[in-house]
Amino acid sequence: MNLPKELRYSEEHEWVKSEDGTVVIGITDFAQSELGDIVFVELPEVGDKVESDEPFGSVESVKTVSELYAPISGKVVAINEDLDDSPEFVNESPYEKAWMIKVEPSNTSEIDDLMSAEEYEKMISEE
Amino acid sequence: MEALKKTPLFETYQEMGAKTIDFGGWALPVQFSSIKEEHEAVRTKAGLFDVSHMGEIEVKGTGALEFLQLTMTNDVSKLKEGGAQYTAMCYEDGGTVDDLLIYKKADDQYLLVVNAANTEKDFNWLKEHAGNDVTLENISDKIAQLAIQGPDAEKVLQKLAETDLSEIKFFKFKDEVELNGKEALVSRTGYTGEDGFEIYCKWEDAPALWNELLEAGEEYGILPCGLGARDTLRFEAKLPLYGQELTKEITPIEAGIGFAVKPDKGVDFIGKDVLKEQKEEGAKRKLVGIEMIDKGIPRSHYEVFAEGDKIGEVTTGTQSPTLKKNVGLALIKKEFSALDTEVEVQVRKKRLKAKVVSAPFYKRQK
Repeated sequence: MNLPKELRYSEEHEWVKSEDGTVVIGITDFAQSELGDIVFVELPEVGDKVESDEPFGSVESVKTVSELYAPISGKVVAINEDLDDSPEFVNESPYEKAWMIKVEPSNTSEIDDLMSAEEYEKMISEE
Repeated sequence: MEALKKTPLFETYQEMGAKTIDFGGWALPVQFSSIKEEHEAVRTKAGLFDVSHMGEIEVKGTGALEFLQLTMTNDVSKLKEGGAQYTAMCYEDGGTVDDLLIYKKADDQYLLVVNAANTEKDFNWLKEHAGNDVTLENISDKIAQLAIQGPDAEKVLQKLAETDLSEIKFFKFKDEVELNGKEALVSRTGYTGEDGFEIYCKWEDAPALWNELLEAGEEYGILPCGLGARDTLRFEAKLPLYGQELTKEITPIEAGIGFAVKPDKGVDFIGKDVLKEQKEEGAKRKLVGIEMIDKGIPRSHYEVFAEGDKIGEVTTGTQSPTLKKNVGLALIKKEFSALDTEVEVQVRKKRLKAKVVSAPFYKRQK
């Protein structure tokens, strides 16, 4: 299981990365392996507001639909349009090519409340 | 909650690291590697499925044929020894009890293969209608079933069999076929839209047979397959799944399996009045293929609209691994069933455009 140390993790299996005042969000390696072959990713639009613990989009595998829950609140400043044509990036490269949205956080302390890689690893091992 | 039932392959799943889920009370794997890869293997090479959860009911006695004619929609009198027939079993109102395969072993001996989750219901339903000249036995716990499917299925299975498998034609079977010393009933049937075989063997023989088939198929690129691929394969071939395309509220005519309903077979059967009328005059609802125009994937129970009104719902939908298109089967009002009719599918909060297309989505090149 690949869990980069520099990222923070949410209980809903999203990762976040702080980057020049914005926060990049995607789903974890664990999440993609649980979901199987991803065939569709539905993302919000640039300018939309996302709210922590509320759905901001969805990922669909061949078999199921899963909602994406925002790990933090803020405004969407970019979305990864590559996922439209290449949803399989979520399986192949969950932390790099399959970043999903960039958010301008409304409260940066929410990032600190997320889990470290160790904490997240412990959580999924208990699931 | 009751403990999940386990097929004889359960320990093998654990050894292979395949996680199981609850499927109609059975612990079965969704996938071994990836649904897409497994799907592709069956379409182009071969795939192996454990379907031991399926129910098997033996019907014996001098009254067997008469009894099956009463309870089944198809004309069982047309079935010859060594043949298999697909049929439905209906309620008086035409709603479906189950869809199943009947194997004729002898004039007074038939084997019914029913959907796992329906086994008890079917058995009780049959029991209710059986006279003294028929005996019924639920032998589901003794019989395991493996399905080997795909263009190379015959070559793989042949490596284990002395019997010349090319002699077993489509929807025919042979009993007591020796597969590496293990006796099995082998039929050329399946639930994937591909050529292939279903193998009924003793419960305790299944793990060895599973491993031997995977080994024999290695040179052809066989993959063990889970429920996920089984569902996408049968879906593309428009083979109904009980609980989705067929339910007690959906008749076989509505679900598009009218070929298995024979109102003119010469004897009365349960559900005949409704089914005869629907077959002759058309049912009010029809199972159609839909393809999304907008971006989105139709899923079971999503509502379908046209001209602002609800006209039905999606029974199964996914991204077809073969076509790479977002398609579904939907049971909708007949007036909207013409090809290219534009409809809308309620995908969570949005109504997305789709159109009626022809189904099956996949047909094997013969």
